[in-house]
Amino acid sequence: MKSFAALFTAIDQTTKTTAKTAALVNYFTSASDSDKLWCIALFTGRRPRRAVTTTQLREWAAERAGIPLWLLEDAYPVVGDLAETIALVLPPVTGSTDRGLTHWINALRALSKVEVEERKAAILSAWDELDATQRFLFNKLITGGFRIGVSQKLITRALARATGQDEPSVALRLMGQWTPGNTTYHALIEAEDAQADGSRPYPFYLAYQLDFGPENLGSPEAWQAEWKWDGIRGQLILRSGDHHVWSRGEELMTDRFPELARALDHLPGGSVLDGEILCWNYADDAPMPFNILQKRIGRKVVPKKLLTETPVILRAYDLLEWGGEDIRHRPLKDRRRLLETAFEALPSEAPLRLSEALPFQDWSDLATIRATARERHAEGLMLKRLDSPYLSGRKKGDWWKWKLDPLVIDAVMIYAQSGSGRRANLFTDFTFALWNGNDLVPFTKAYSGLTDAEFRKITAWVRKNTLQKFGPVRQVTPEHVFEIAFEGVHESPRHKSGLALRFPRMSRWRRDKPIQEANTLDDLRAMM
Amino acid sequence: MDVLRFTDRGIYCPAGDFYVDPWRRVDRALITHGHADHARWGMQRYLATHTAGPVMRHRLGDITLEGIAYGEVRRIGDAQVSFHPAGHVPGSAQIRIDVGGRVAVVTGDYKLENDGFSEPFEPVTCHEIVTECTFGLPVFKWAPQAVVAAQINDWWAEAAAQGRHCLLGAYSLGKAQRLLSMLDPDIGPILTHTAVENTNAVLRGQGLTLPDTIQVTADLDVKSLAPAMIIAPPSALGAAWGKRFGPATTGFASGWMQLRGIRRRRAMDRGFVVSDHADWPGLNEAIKMSGAEKIYATHGYTDIFARWLRSEGFDAEVVPTEFGGDEDEAETAPEVVS
Repeated sequence: MKSFAALFTAIDQTTKTTAKTAALVNYFTSASDSDKLWCIALFTGRRPRRAVTTTQLREWAAERAGIPLWLLEDAYPVVGDLAETIALVLPPVTGSTDRGLTHWINALRALSKVEVEERKAAILSAWDELDATQRFLFNKLITGGFRIGVSQKLITRALARATGQDEPSVALRLMGQWTPGNTTYHALIEAEDAQADGSRPYPFYLAYQLDFGPENLGSPEAWQAEWKWDGIRGQLILRSGDHHVWSRGEELMTDRFPELARALDHLPGGSVLDGEILCWNYADDAPMPFNILQKRIGRKVVPKKLLTETPVILRAYDLLEWGGEDIRHRPLKDRRRLLETAFEALPSEAPLRLSEALPFQDWSDLATIRATARERHAEGLMLKRLDSPYLSGRKKGDWWKWKLDPLVIDAVMIYAQSGSGRRANLFTDFTFALWNGNDLVPFTKAYSGLTDAEFRKITAWVRKNTLQKFGPVRQVTPEHVFEIAFEGVHESPRHKSGLALRFPRMSRWRRDKPIQEANTLDDLRAMM
Repeated sequence: MDVLRFTDRGIYCPAGDFYVDPWRRVDRALITHGHADHARWGMQRYLATHTAGPVMRHRLGDITLEGIAYGEVRRIGDAQVSFHPAGHVPGSAQIRIDVGGRVAVVTGDYKLENDGFSEPFEPVTCHEIVTECTFGLPVFKWAPQAVVAAQINDWWAEAAAQGRHCLLGAYSLGKAQRLLSMLDPDIGPILTHTAVENTNAVLRGQGLTLPDTIQVTADLDVKSLAPAMIIAPPSALGAAWGKRFGPATTGFASGWMQLRGIRRRRAMDRGFVVSDHADWPGLNEAIKMSGAEKIYATHGYTDIFARWLRSEGFDAEVVPTEFGGDEDEAETAPEVVS
């Protein structure tokens, strides 16, 4: 594990992408195949099944450190990470061995088959053998969440460099359902790629936000405009009589959206579509609002009633594979023509709709169209260059999202809670309220949007203005007004205010406003 | 009568009618050390160790200050007071107060490890102790100074090999000079920010040995400079001041660098765990060595530390102070940038 710890340290000690890539390349050219495979798995969010609970871990660590459990629990929010807290409280290392990453992962995997006393003995002896950084990483293997500033893009680049392949082919290899249990480093990264798994998706192409208007994008004729739908991005794969639905986060969602199976009745095998999953009102032939789709997202098994009331469709905007052939390199206008032809004769009961290209004369014409997005249940517009290939990952230049400006409301901060990880010891999670008569009614939480300096300032203020503590939550003097930006508001019986916001965040600290000038619940309701 | 009372002006000794490190104006103040949250402006009279004096004058200007030697016993009213090395920074002291045989000690800030630079900590036996607990959690354990010194010098040597400068952030009184004393001057030149160099001059003037340093001035020729170690207050690093050194690698030295979250928030390349405060084992050891039966925890993770001491069988309670703030004031680290 020493070399994996050295890799982690090298990555953790720099904010520079080039240095991180170099450290990864170095690891991928020196570690054993099984260690490399696990390293890729961990950094792409695949971790071994949890063999011990975090409660057990806390108890055993406190016992070994000779401190009461409450003391470890109290130290945890200051550190902001359980794996790190445990690594820090344990007594200094006694022995030192150097077994590889795979050894420790296999040791953890073996634990699920043994009694709890044996598990405890194994964890304690592992702690004895590992130094501080290795202990932290070992604990991370158990608690999960290797967020150490390595993106999928970075892993892809480093692997491409280490193996002499191009980045898109490596990106494609890393997609799909593989785990270190069902493949090898050779099969995943090096082998001829003919026997690829039939469910494997293509890497998604992601758009950048267009912060100013499209005037700098050149001639409007070179661009296709579409609505930016307010659903979830999905890739529908139709191959060999089977269908697979992937989320942008590379999660297989096939069972969550069983109605998409019927796409097989309407499109030929060897087709892969990129589009937006939306709840569909067939009677009006229009999308339902996002909060209806939300009821579906969390359900792994969908009750029949929900299926009938909230059916989903795929609103397709791109065709990535056709007739079994990868056509991502062809220009958008060609892929579009094929897509439109495929969708031409679809009956209305098919769970498929085309995301139509919007005709427009010039940029100001398009701006007028964009202003009507909310009426169309859209978040704004997508702009795609007609001669662009389908790239992978977030690349600047060919795809832009031109969202509507968010809705905003001025609200009063009434509760604060400290964050975790990088935000440990800073108050970053706030609850906001609006006026209802003379009462302040809580209506949303928000965590993001302020600068580090602003978070530090508000943290100092919270400490001096705490009225009451409820566990980690502090009620504060109602004194500060923040502008809350959000994408939409809908009825929600679960919330005290009866309303829920979509993507709330702090857009401005309104130090100029006294709390009396904050908005009311009625103001918010009027925005529905 | 109580030896000490805890008032809204600070820690008060009624028998001697004086305060220790008061935060509001009082007639007579006994000062543990020169950091700004302990030695405040506006007292009628100050009493501090001879070594602490020059820095206090440098910072507070024209004050009425009397010096006292370590171990020298002085009578103030009905109290006998003496100052004993706290190992925090040069001149720092624990203050022992004896009233009719009942002894209290106010530690001020302290650390147990001998940094080879401050007068080493000496345990003082007492009935009651007022102890800081800035790092009063079991996650804070410092590596020996030699280990951290090697990390810093390795970092410097590696950067020097790539032709880059090292910018190291540290508070200007105490920490900066301790770091200077840990550096290997054979690696390259050592540069300092004016705030650091001013304190260096005061300490050198009273006989402390520091390696040779070059003060960074406007006309400094950065281009002709060999890869250097540059020590500056943290606030200067991100500012225009730090930019003149080109693509330097940045580091920060503080006990808080033990925590990865705080280290990452600093957005520096390296965090070095160097503290002039006692770590968790140090706090516990200091309390045991004092033999005190009553412990007052102040400044830091007071609630948690006092609860821990009670669970260990001590009579411990929390004393509110205005040295810094409450337990979660981790980021506004309780040391002060001048």
